[in-house]
Amino acid sequence: MAADPVVPEPPPGAEVADLGVAQFPQPGTGPLLRVRGLCAEYDSGERPVIAVDRVDLDVFAGEFVGIVGESGCGKSTLLFAIAQLLSPPASITAGSVEFAGRDLVAMNDRELAPVRWRELSVVMQSAMNALNPVRDLRHQFTDVMRAHGESSAARIDQRSREVMHLVGIDAAHLRSYPHQLSGGMRQRAMIAMALLFTPDLVIMDEPTSALDVVAQRSLMLQIKELQQELGFAVLFVTHDMSLVSHFSDRLMVMYAGQAVEVGQTRAVFDHPSHPYSQGLLDAFPSIHGARTALEGIPGAPPDLGNPPPGCRFQPRCPLAYEPCATVAPDLYEVDGVQSRCLLHSERYRPDRVEGRQ
Amino acid sequence: MTDSASTGASEHRSQPPLLEARGLTRHFQVGGLRTRQTLHAVDDASFAIAAGEIVALVGESGSGKSTIARLLAQVYKPTSGEIRFEGTPLSRLRTRRDRLAYRSAVPMVFQDPFSSLNPAYRVSHGIMRGFKLHRPDVRPADRAAEAVRVLEAVGLTPAREVMDRFPYELSGGQRQRIGFAQALAYRPKVILADEPVSMLDVSIRIGLLNVMADLRAQQGVSILYITHDIASARYVSDRLMVMYAGHVMETGPVEDVLAAPLHPYTQLLVAAVPDPRAPLSVTADMTRGEPPKVIVPSPGCRSRDRCPLAIDICHQVTPPLLELAPGHQAACHVAAQRAGMPLPQPGTPARARDVGTREAGMSQPGPDR
Repeated sequence: MAADPVVPEPPPGAEVADLGVAQFPQPGTGPLLRVRGLCAEYDSGERPVIAVDRVDLDVFAGEFVGIVGESGCGKSTLLFAIAQLLSPPASITAGSVEFAGRDLVAMNDRELAPVRWRELSVVMQSAMNALNPVRDLRHQFTDVMRAHGESSAARIDQRSREVMHLVGIDAAHLRSYPHQLSGGMRQRAMIAMALLFTPDLVIMDEPTSALDVVAQRSLMLQIKELQQELGFAVLFVTHDMSLVSHFSDRLMVMYAGQAVEVGQTRAVFDHPSHPYSQGLLDAFPSIHGARTALEGIPGAPPDLGNPPPGCRFQPRCPLAYEPCATVAPDLYEVDGVQSRCLLHSERYRPDRVEGRQ
Repeated sequence: MTDSASTGASEHRSQPPLLEARGLTRHFQVGGLRTRQTLHAVDDASFAIAAGEIVALVGESGSGKSTIARLLAQVYKPTSGEIRFEGTPLSRLRTRRDRLAYRSAVPMVFQDPFSSLNPAYRVSHGIMRGFKLHRPDVRPADRAAEAVRVLEAVGLTPAREVMDRFPYELSGGQRQRIGFAQALAYRPKVILADEPVSMLDVSIRIGLLNVMADLRAQQGVSILYITHDIASARYVSDRLMVMYAGHVMETGPVEDVLAAPLHPYTQLLVAAVPDPRAPLSVTADMTRGEPPKVIVPSPGCRSRDRCPLAIDICHQVTPPLLELAPGHQAACHVAAQRAGMPLPQPGTPARARDVGTREAGMSQPGPDR
């Protein structure tokens, strides 16, 4: 990954880890993961809950893509749909998930097995629940490697030690049970497990949300370093937009099952083009600058079984105007990012609407 | 109660503190019969909370924040040290009525809004129970009206409708507001809020922080806000208290501490806050590594192993909490030296903290000293 020229001068005396943000897509390469028109539903009887609604997403090799949004916006469902982990009542109803040239949606479990863990692995949200409490780590690592075709005990042992070393845990902890590890170590162990086969894509579902700020930052740095060292791509879901600000190359903001803003992380942070992105950015207090009163985003995400007509964010939007309640916006190109907001549409921009009157 | 409404905390500073801890220490026994050891969760913490003040207690997991809240809530008894409420030591509260009165004056709000409300009862249940136990002044006929008042105070409207709901019908943010409404039903003087927002979405947190600020402004309650998020602590609190490994490391007015953190650990915490408004750079700091073991700690500064500034004395003598700037205290040898204080000599127990360690050593296979 190329070093980024915009990294500012480090403060004197401080060592600065180079996080080098590369430009994606890199010329001459197609995306590693290509999601097109993906829809996922929860069948709830009369009205299906459409948790993921026609999402397009590209992830390039070695790229770090963040997906942010509030709880109940379909982020986790999207990840599960990509990893083919949805189970009834949830299912994929339309769209394709092309990974390294194959459509995962069309594959059955037998065909998926060799792809899983070897090429694409998942780090679950709660390490406390995702690890088996009655087995030590060594056993769980062995289980994974056996299930995916590694039979040599010596190689399994060696690789388990290697991945523990990679995430900075003493290999002695392979003998530890999950309850003997701190929250940060458990989460690291989960990441170690995801790296057993050096996959091309690691999908992470809020891996840091149970951790305090210090452990969280330490883990993020570690993920970024591992990613640079091993070259895998990361798809990272979080509700805390500030968390990915320094780590992701590209960002997708999700609201009510849809992508509402997609673009380079810096562009989204520096001039968010969707009012929801702006709201998320304004929702957390800063330790710098003046202490100002914040409002957050009033209200809650809509019921996805019965989303509001027009723009789905319109009932909570401070900038909503007349057509928002009736016209469902598309993703519009604006300043190098895509934004699902009528303010950026050719036809419904406020100046146009007023002009017609 | 309401006559202190909307007055700043500064006016109260000269009065005796509402809630005060002196040399508060809590140890736990861990391990089995043969491997039993002493875990020092909180060692020699002294602090005070004034009427109408919001104090933020920050630190990472395992630093002893929640232990302090539980000591103040009388869930745990202190190993040594004492807690005074309005000047009276809690050890003097002997009757059930006194203890109930203290509990209603100092209620707690818990971290997890999904497990702290009983799913089998309607919202009104917890609030009504509070009236029954702690509010003899509210006649049964008036309880519903009073419940509406507390629900509206935490921003849950329409209150009458919310009262009849079950917890599963409410979002995380609404449930946590119920936690505050229940506390408020007791007519409290100090609310102990133990990580009240860390389980919530970032976009909902700010609403709850605003509720805390409103409660202080309108009801005049003091709040001990426990969090690991320094940015939210700054948003809502007057004073900051930083804990690490059971020791209070630094305390002072929130803006002073953040503008000029004296303790290297506070500097680390401040640096760990993700801030997209800050330029794109990451300093390789001491965020690496695990928190120290507080099981039978040896004397010396507990953050020394992660501290870039540690000098010899840090490994030998526990630094005392000293006032290094007006109202701004830190427990750091290097910071004290910079402020022109003499360094203590090795071998002299600098403060009660070391005594606490020694006491534990008498009953247990002690530290190697």
